[in-house]
Amino acid sequence: MSTGSQLRLVASAPRLRFHLIEPYHPENSVLLGFWIYLMSDCLIFAVLFATYGVLGRSYAGGPSGATLFELPVVAVNTGLLLVSSFTYGMAMISAQGGARRSALAWLGVTGLFGCGFLALELSEFANLLGQGAGPQRSAFLSSFFTLVGTHGLHVVFGVIWLATLMVQVARRGLTETNLRRLLCLSLFWHFLDVIWIGVFSLVYLVGAMQ
Amino acid sequence: MNSTAHIAKKAPAARGGGRADYVRGLVMAAVLTGAAFTLVMSHALGNTPLTIAAVMGLAVAQVVVHMVFFLHMSSRSEGGWNLLALLFTLLLVLIVLGGSLWVMYHLNANMMPPSSDEMRQMP
Amino acid sequence: MQNAQPPSLPAGPDFARLLFGRLSWDALPLHEPIVVGTFLVVAAVGLAVLAGVTRYRLWGYLWREWLTSVDHKKIGAMYVILGLVMLLRGFVDALMMRAQQALSFGQSQGFLPPHHYDQLFTAHGVIMIFFVAMPLVVGLMNFVVPLQIGARDVAFPVMNNVSFWMTAGGAVMMMLSLFVGEFASTGWLAYPPLSGAAFSPGVGVDYYIWALQIAGVGTLLSAVNLVATIIKMRAPGMSLMKMPVFTWTALCTNVLIVATFPVLTAVLALLSLDREAGTHFFTNDLGGNPMMYVNLIWIWGHPEVYILILPAFGVFSEIVPTFSRKPLFGYVSMVYATIAITVLSYLVWLHHFFTMGAGGDVNGFFGITTMVISIPTGAKIFNWLFTMYRGRVRLELPMLWTLGFMVTFVIGGMTGVLLAVPAADFVLHNSLFLVAHFHNVIIGGVIFGMFAGINYWFPKAFGFRLDEFWGRLSFGFWLVGFYLAFMPLYVLGLMGVTRRMSHFEDPSLRIWFVIAAVGAGLILLGIASFMVQIAVSVKNREALRDLTGDPWDARTLEWSTASPPPEYNFAFTPVVHANDTWWDMKSRGYQRPSAGYLPIHMPRNTAAGMILAAISVAIGFGLVWHIWWLAAAAGAGLLVVAIGHSFVEAGKRVISVKQVAGAERVRRDLIRSVA
Repeated sequence: MSTGSQLRLVASAPRLRFHLIEPYHPENSVLLGFWIYLMSDCLIFAVLFATYGVLGRSYAGGPSGATLFELPVVAVNTGLLLVSSFTYGMAMISAQGGARRSALAWLGVTGLFGCGFLALELSEFANLLGQGAGPQRSAFLSSFFTLVGTHGLHVVFGVIWLATLMVQVARRGLTETNLRRLLCLSLFWHFLDVIWIGVFSLVYLVGAMQ
Repeated sequence: MNSTAHIAKKAPAARGGGRADYVRGLVMAAVLTGAAFTLVMSHALGNTPLTIAAVMGLAVAQVVVHMVFFLHMSSRSEGGWNLLALLFTLLLVLIVLGGSLWVMYHLNANMMPPSSDEMRQMP
Repeated sequence: MQNAQPPSLPAGPDFARLLFGRLSWDALPLHEPIVVGTFLVVAAVGLAVLAGVTRYRLWGYLWREWLTSVDHKKIGAMYVILGLVMLLRGFVDALMMRAQQALSFGQSQGFLPPHHYDQLFTAHGVIMIFFVAMPLVVGLMNFVVPLQIGARDVAFPVMNNVSFWMTAGGAVMMMLSLFVGEFASTGWLAYPPLSGAAFSPGVGVDYYIWALQIAGVGTLLSAVNLVATIIKMRAPGMSLMKMPVFTWTALCTNVLIVATFPVLTAVLALLSLDREAGTHFFTNDLGGNPMMYVNLIWIWGHPEVYILILPAFGVFSEIVPTFSRKPLFGYVSMVYATIAITVLSYLVWLHHFFTMGAGGDVNGFFGITTMVISIPTGAKIFNWLFTMYRGRVRLELPMLWTLGFMVTFVIGGMTGVLLAVPAADFVLHNSLFLVAHFHNVIIGGVIFGMFAGINYWFPKAFGFRLDEFWGRLSFGFWLVGFYLAFMPLYVLGLMGVTRRMSHFEDPSLRIWFVIAAVGAGLILLGIASFMVQIAVSVKNREALRDLTGDPWDARTLEWSTASPPPEYNFAFTPVVHANDTWWDMKSRGYQRPSAGYLPIHMPRNTAAGMILAAISVAIGFGLVWHIWWLAAAAGAGLLVVAIGHSFVEAGKRVISVKQVAGAERVRRDLIRSVA
């Protein structure tokens, strides 16, 4: 039924190459793919920010940001996360320079700062819950806990991933795969700091003035 | 953004920027953060909408600092696709945020005002 | 507002409550004969399939060649099979609704009580969108795109396998909801407050949420995969503007998925927090705002329908030039129209709730953007028509479906522009006119597109063409059936009939519902004919065999491979010089190399997809039934498996030069046998 392919040779046309005779290896797509995933994660946060933007003044007669937020604590937390981004950068420089022990050390410090951030945040949440200002109290608090909590959950996963990578680097060294994974985690980690900029500015600083 | 044939797999591109970049980024981010916190905690600008605007401006500046100095965002990474993806995402984030605020403001404004009975029952 | 008690609270000791959550024997719908009957049929068919596989000793084959495959061609086929199987369930729901609406007038209450009917229209919508249209579209893109760009596979083959199984896991949750417990009765978008804890305390909405969240992960990962593939893995010489239009629409579709499914994920998470954790996002009290849910869900919902239609547009853009024997008219404008639609699809969402009261300014803005978005679509229709003009049109099956699409979709599009006028929408919102409109565009656009694509690419996938006669019969039944089923709904909608009703009082409406039911019956014949078409084609596959790999004398790279293609797609990576690459190669005297083969490295099969999906279903089931230990344990299991998997070195297989040479020789002989 098919007409088959026409093999008319055009006499004057130069011999075109239609196939590569050498092996072809497309560029590795992991970093691009991970970046695209991060963009989708941005949109999750966009929805949470939008929800906070719409519902963030619905106190339902309950406490507002002005009464609840302790800005000095938030400042410390912000500092912890910012420094952890810096220490991760140092880890990357060591890793790309092939210095395994130095990289592991910087990664460990980053993890510690990350855990410090989480500990402070959990204590803040516990404090709020103790005051009766939990997520069920009002739409403002629901959106606060969900936005800040989702960011915190991302940090938890980041720390778990960091620990896993430290084990993998310790065992197998700074292989191409491990370097790539470290790069992906660096994107993730810095991205979380970017989101935190939004959180502390729009939620805590602006909220504390209401 | 043409795809070109590569004979060998490339190792992950060493993201540009040595220690200097990270230190600069850290310092700038710290200054911007400090400024924002100080503005709010000291009520220096008094006027609340002005303070809010200043805080948001400082936040935007800090995001840019992070993008450039920590994430090494440039029009070169991944042949420009990273930046394109970022800009497209930014556009959508603005639409989602701005659109939701605009729409919800109008929807709320057109809601029936509460009756006196309902007012009494409000927490 | 207090939470109402869930209907089936086990009265036993607290330990039973801890072990089984709110699951109890009451969850089995033994008192509903229709469901029991369904279960018996499904169980019988399922057992027959299992028995057949066992009898013919196909478990090994199934496991190796299909279930654990990381080959995009196999995964694409599995997606399409999943979509077609779920079409059967979604369509049975439709038949039942049509029957109920044709019968239930005045004294007669029909055979479906309202609570069952509500679950029917909800399940119908959810299944058709998420488990029929999405898998069909994703499956087609998965199969075709790597072949069209000259690649060996997608960027992340293992993740591709995981994506498929997550989608299948969502479908499993849907089927579970039918037999254990109940489904949501809120409509396919589950608006609160109805879907909140106060008014839907049962498991229905929870099943809905977790089926979609699980499937959503699969969809998102698949999209990341395809975007990375299209950007990074095109053959040398294939610049963006030399890509086939189907690949362009695939790129834009997957960008849309990446950019919009997170919104669904977030909104459903917020709804589940409201239901389980007592938060107040969308409640009536303590500051919640149900309208915010409607706003957010449609920010997802509108791009979603473009996710469904863009690949169909891509299918038509391949079929029309092939069967008109002319290059596509206006390639550049097609590309820009697709990009325009992608961006504009984010600016129209409010047209789904004009009547919620945002006021004239807001409604006017969105009404205008909605009308503007019809323009690039119109441009595409003109491009296809101009392609056909002065072409030598062959009315083969893919082209028939395309012609059916052109007429049907344009009508549906026009009613869409009508609905885009807020004042008109105030009258027609949530009427049967709306129902007719979206079925018009989804069936006329997406379904006809999928059938066109299936008929077009089936020979490539399986090595033999589909039977013509039964195919034409199927097309005829679908076409006539569609018009009979949905044109009456336009009439009813204009007369003011509301959607989602299971009973009517006005007998003068009845004739329209009866005609609609007849139409549905014809579509049933169309589906049956399609199944016969498959069966007959398999039986006669030798007579229908595609020996050259290019049965349609087509234009794009996938047709340069054998039918079916070898696992590695291309023995040598193609070098691209022009658009319509395969046509260019054919007309410029390419010669298939017969020596110099290289060993090819392929990824290993993986069970990761099935394992992760099974664990996810366990998490979902635990969350639905409040079996917290199960959800927690499965959650921990997911983490352990994911972390553990990252420690395993990605295995590779090598396809030796001898194997490649052998496969290519077989191909050469087949082609020679035709010449």
